[in-house]
Amino acid sequence: MAVALHYPSYFPSYFSIEDILATNEKVPCKFEKTAHDLGFLDPSGGSKDLEVGTKLELPCWLARALASRRQIVSCQLPKTFRERYREILKADAALVDLHTLSPHFYELGQHLLPLAGPEGTTLGLLLVETLRERLRGIMDTSLNTTEDDAGTRQSKLDQLERSLFLTGRKTFRDHQLWLSRRAHIVTTSHMVTQHNKRKFSEVS
Amino acid sequence: MLSEKALELIKELDRSKDGKLPAFNEDIIRKVLEEMNTLFQQNQRDVGEAAAGEIRYFPSIHLRHAALDRNKRCLLSYLYNRLERIRTMRWEFGSILPADIRANLCEPEIQWFNRYNKNLASYMRSLGEAGGLDLTQDTKPPKNLYVEVRCLRDYGEWEVEEGDTVVLQKDTTHYLPLAACHHLIRQGVLEQVE
Repeated sequence: MAVALHYPSYFPSYFSIEDILATNEKVPCKFEKTAHDLGFLDPSGGSKDLEVGTKLELPCWLARALASRRQIVSCQLPKTFRERYREILKADAALVDLHTLSPHFYELGQHLLPLAGPEGTTLGLLLVETLRERLRGIMDTSLNTTEDDAGTRQSKLDQLERSLFLTGRKTFRDHQLWLSRRAHIVTTSHMVTQHNKRKFSEVS
Repeated sequence: MLSEKALELIKELDRSKDGKLPAFNEDIIRKVLEEMNTLFQQNQRDVGEAAAGEIRYFPSIHLRHAALDRNKRCLLSYLYNRLERIRTMRWEFGSILPADIRANLCEPEIQWFNRYNKNLASYMRSLGEAGGLDLTQDTKPPKNLYVEVRCLRDYGEWEVEEGDTVVLQKDTTHYLPLAACHHLIRQGVLEQVE
């Protein structure tokens, strides 16, 4: 598979904060070629160069850049995406605490696809199946929890799921407003409220 | 690891949501630029060698180049996301930002904000036939021309369009034209009573 030097999949855009954070997750890599004068990247090795066979955890963005063209490094999947965790997710995805496991589970998974080699298909299926297993629960809780509970309900969701959850809550609230014929009422803008709250807490 | 400083900028933005804007972090930006400069110079040196036929330098060049790209992306994203936030603030806070937020902007950002203000104002003036259209008005379809409002804090004397003045005192209620008091509701001075 031909991979361009600048892989085009910046999602949702080049400037996306989420995407930058997701591509920073570490991937275990092994150097297949010697990188001169970059020994300082490996804190345990004392040599000037990164020798062939050096094992390092590189951030995903670097791993993808180096693995793509000249195959300077070869990558393994991070342990979250390996066999053992795949089994756990397969057993019951809805119970797993994805936020602790990998806060950008789906995004990172997508970025890892080109690195996964023969495991690519399994990984792709894992992402889709996990989301499908969990989506019903997320939708259900987002529409049926009280304000107080919302925080704890969110704590086990990864970033993508969290945004789905919050979108669900917002539309639900808007719908309730419309049903009670209060949708036309002008309210204080959200940022102003937050700003005033902070000012108030600083004063007191 | 390379590009870690640049990531701090992004993390800083990620931590402060909901109408907060962290102070413009010139210090880290300078450090990132320094790192980029070093990387660039090392690469130039090695590219020179590589052009002379030294293939063994390619992996290092490639790695540094990726780091440069990453740094560039982080820096641009930092600036861009801050501008996005400042633009949203124009719509939420109105044309004048609260002093504590303004203090966190850097000089070019203040200039950008002023120009955005001016552009928006002249665009709104150019709309419609009679003297323009205020786009920040009527964000929700209004039901009545007049609304009942309750005052949430002491605001002092305030002039309604026709020249009448109202004293906006805490916990008093008034019956005012929505068009006139819309922005005071948005600013949290008044509250609409149904």
